[in-house]
Amino acid sequence: MKTIFENSIKGRKGVISGEVNNDLIKKIDEKFLRKEELSLPEVSELDVIRHYINLSKLNFSVDTEFYPLGSCTMKYNPKVCEKLASREEFLNLHPFLSYIDEDSVQGVLEIIYEISRLLCEITGMKKITTQPYAGAHGELTGVLLMAAYHKAKGNNKKYIIIPDSAHGTNPASAAMGGYSIISIPVDKDGNMDVNILKEKINEEVAGIMMTVPSTLGLFEKNIKEIIELAHKYDALMYYDGANLNAILGKLKPGEIGFDIIHINLHKTFSTPHGGGGPGSGVVGVSGKIMDFLPVPEVIKENEKFKLNFNIKNSIGSVASFYGNFQVLLKAFIYIILLGKKGLIKVSEVAVLNANYILAKIKSYYDVPYNRICMHEFVLSARKQLKNGVHAIDIAKYLIDNKIHPPTVYFPLVVEEAIMIEPTETESKQTLDEFIDIMIKIAEISEKEPEKIKQAPLKTPILRVDEAKAARELKLKCDI
Amino acid sequence: MNVRQGYFYTKEHEWAKIEGKIAKVGITDYAQHKLGDLTYVELPQIGKVIKQGEVLNGLESVKAASDVYSPLSGKVIKVNNALENDPGLINKSPYDDGWIAEIEIQNEEETKNLMSADEYLNLLGQSK
Amino acid sequence: MSGFIPHTEEEIIQMLNVIGVNKIEDLFLDIPENLKTKNFNIPDGLDEIELEKKVKNLAKKNRSDIINFAGGGYYDHFIPAAVDVISSRSEFYTAYTPYQPEASQGTLQAIFEYQTMITGLTGLDYSNASLYDGGTALYEAIAITVRTNNRSKVIIDKGVNPLFRKIVKTYSINLPLKIIEVDLKDVYTDREKIKELLDDETAALVVQNPNFFGIVEDFEDLFIFAKQKNISAILVFYPVSLGILKTPGEMKADIAVAEGQSLGLPLCFGGPYLGIIAVDKKYLRKMPGRIVGETIDKEGRKAYVLTLQAREQHIRREKATSNICSNQALCALRAVVFLSLYGKNGFRELALKNFENAEYLKEKFSDIKNLKIKQGQTFNEFTIEIKEDAFNIVKELIRKGFFGGLPAGLFFEDKKNYLIISVTEKRTKDEIDTFYKILKEILKG
Repeated sequence: MKTIFENSIKGRKGVISGEVNNDLIKKIDEKFLRKEELSLPEVSELDVIRHYINLSKLNFSVDTEFYPLGSCTMKYNPKVCEKLASREEFLNLHPFLSYIDEDSVQGVLEIIYEISRLLCEITGMKKITTQPYAGAHGELTGVLLMAAYHKAKGNNKKYIIIPDSAHGTNPASAAMGGYSIISIPVDKDGNMDVNILKEKINEEVAGIMMTVPSTLGLFEKNIKEIIELAHKYDALMYYDGANLNAILGKLKPGEIGFDIIHINLHKTFSTPHGGGGPGSGVVGVSGKIMDFLPVPEVIKENEKFKLNFNIKNSIGSVASFYGNFQVLLKAFIYIILLGKKGLIKVSEVAVLNANYILAKIKSYYDVPYNRICMHEFVLSARKQLKNGVHAIDIAKYLIDNKIHPPTVYFPLVVEEAIMIEPTETESKQTLDEFIDIMIKIAEISEKEPEKIKQAPLKTPILRVDEAKAARELKLKCDI
Repeated sequence: MNVRQGYFYTKEHEWAKIEGKIAKVGITDYAQHKLGDLTYVELPQIGKVIKQGEVLNGLESVKAASDVYSPLSGKVIKVNNALENDPGLINKSPYDDGWIAEIEIQNEEETKNLMSADEYLNLLGQSK
Repeated sequence: MSGFIPHTEEEIIQMLNVIGVNKIEDLFLDIPENLKTKNFNIPDGLDEIELEKKVKNLAKKNRSDIINFAGGGYYDHFIPAAVDVISSRSEFYTAYTPYQPEASQGTLQAIFEYQTMITGLTGLDYSNASLYDGGTALYEAIAITVRTNNRSKVIIDKGVNPLFRKIVKTYSINLPLKIIEVDLKDVYTDREKIKELLDDETAALVVQNPNFFGIVEDFEDLFIFAKQKNISAILVFYPVSLGILKTPGEMKADIAVAEGQSLGLPLCFGGPYLGIIAVDKKYLRKMPGRIVGETIDKEGRKAYVLTLQAREQHIRREKATSNICSNQALCALRAVVFLSLYGKNGFRELALKNFENAEYLKEKFSDIKNLKIKQGQTFNEFTIEIKEDAFNIVKELIRKGFFGGLPAGLFFEDKKNYLIISVTEKRTKDEIDTFYKILKEILKG
């Protein structure tokens, strides 16, 4: 499609604005003024609407296609959450109002307080900070909390242990927080290799970051042993909550000894992902980390909600205010809408859906870890590769069949990985259609692999030249 | 996989072609194949003094990033500027046009730590 | 079964049979029994009618009718209806990060256009798909410079938003990074002091324009001075002001960052907002976050794709330029729609209108004798000095329906009598006149 700049006609404008006194500019000294022309398009409101609506049609989305993107929990987002979270009373509130007059913002403070309490109950943690804007931001916050904890105790810690099946954000966050990384491989059943962990752990380890269930979609069987081992060395246990959708009402990370957790509200608690964000990566902590949380926190005193800026050893702030407030609000509405039974059902059916697909297609694909899975599972396209069909080819063929591909080539520990997460909101009929196509792909890969390899054919564009994009680097429109 | 006779090799898949006091270095055909289409070569600074096994420079491909380790100790005296505009030279011609740098060798003894073409072929056989 | 889970009881039984287990609980056998929780004290769910009532009640417990004269980096700008219409398209807001280009050209092209507009606005070479907010964007900018020149000291003018400075300090608690904040001379940047502090260990100099007190400056000479010592120049800017004010590029900044809330995002009690970053070309490969590039498809047609991914965490892990993954893409989409609607002329007029309104209020204030306006060039925000503690005055103004500014004492101990007032294009003549009258009464001026 043309870019918005290509639709530009000199003198056109997409807003109705009142009279402006152009002579006013003379009141400003030349040296403060911009000389360079503003390179923005000149288009009408209809031009803008048509352009971006037409662009939207080139996207796959949860509302239009099945989207089993592993590790991303692309469930349906109830519309009532969207509607209620867009009320003027929330949208018009200046965050600084809370710094001066708490009485003016009791409703929003109550929401922050209540969602924190609910998330504490769900995770078994003592306190929550809502500041982190995304999962990785939550991880960094968690790592900074670890650093503050150890500093306060006078511990000299240099390393964070991370299994090699972890998301790339874990090691990146640990490094950003000032730590070096020790990687631990997975064993033949897909669990963290405890024998290697025992060899590598030492007094200088600040913490262990774990994803539970793991990125292989499996519950970590040795979890209790790992936690005890960590605590023996005063290393903190970090729970990457990317996969929390599997365990609601079943397991509380805080109860079994985790010290810090981040929760991706845009995954488990159904706030839409917006094509890359905004998300929310709120962080929960156990009692021993409470005194280090970012400020301000929202507290309740005499039935009134207030801000507390005085947390003894607070690390400071990781966000301007309270995080992505509107995302918190949507998650809050989702949680009170579903309630206890609804949330438990979420995890049960998410796990049911994943196992159902796995059971139906496992004889057609290589399954590296053949166990009951949690809310997602990982296949390998190794079998298909014998005929030259890669995981990426399968992904592209799915696009031609109006299904968003699963996550491919992650986790790195599985060759030609295909990671499937159906979520609980998809019906048996949708799953059956997906299963049929996956079986068909396995069959075509045997007989006519070229058919899979040339996909997609029905999309607005075909496969793109990624090397050209990275070599020639065209990162903005011609104007 | 193509392995050039007469060159020296590291187990991280770099090669060195030694002529007198000068070693021309690059990455092997196996390495370029593993990385896929190279998109960017961060060239080392001329004059940089480096030890055997230290990071000489970085490479980027569409789906990977990788460091190149220096096969020998010495001083970087020349770099392949053609790679700036055409990193794909490494894919097309890893042992000739795709060379990365020339190093003035500090200690010839160090070649003992490197593999011959046959030894390297053997390694590839094992790691396959 | 409940609302969003479509399964019938019968289907669940069929599915369990396929899997080969008797009941759902059998799917959770990998979790040891003694680790399972016994308590899950979450209230029962609600139906949509009850839900609406409950949320409406919470909504009403906020004074959203208050007329805003407070800014402090977060401004009450008008948002054209078309912005909401586009950002509530399901195809945009229920999509994930555009990993598969064939199924996400919409998001990719919108980000590409956003990158273009940010570079046009700032006069710098490149931008990315967004960062979280202004403060985190500032940290990322600093990290770029530290990584590039291997130095560890950063000089930050106290005219930079105090919330941003706090984030930067928090991010660095466990890093060998020295953050030095330079006191203002009253509300003005102390250029001499800054020049003294810039040495060979300094990685970056950070200043803001207009600064936190609304003062507009030209930092070109300071940036040139810094660059002679190989120190990177980082400018924090206010997007709307660039409709008329000198750009970061024109000031010779290396990196520019901003809170992008003013470009079509509601105040919404602190978020979601938008972290904007733009860099000189020499920093392109060190810039964090997603970047969209143009290329061609198999048949030679123009196509967009995420590029330069080798910098990112999923490939480089602990050596990545940043850990950022999810960003604020939908907010960037709102910004690109906002900027398209205003366009070349509209955006300039928007900036002028803000300036005009602020100047109008300043003029009115000139007859209040217990009030002194801080001298200097300003844009849509300025600082007044009064006799009382500004905090109490603002509290009183709030009671009368006006959020009458930001008391500087919240962040500057020695400036309790300073009030920072912003007037956007949204303020009508009537509102400004009334605000003036009420403040005059309160100040007994």
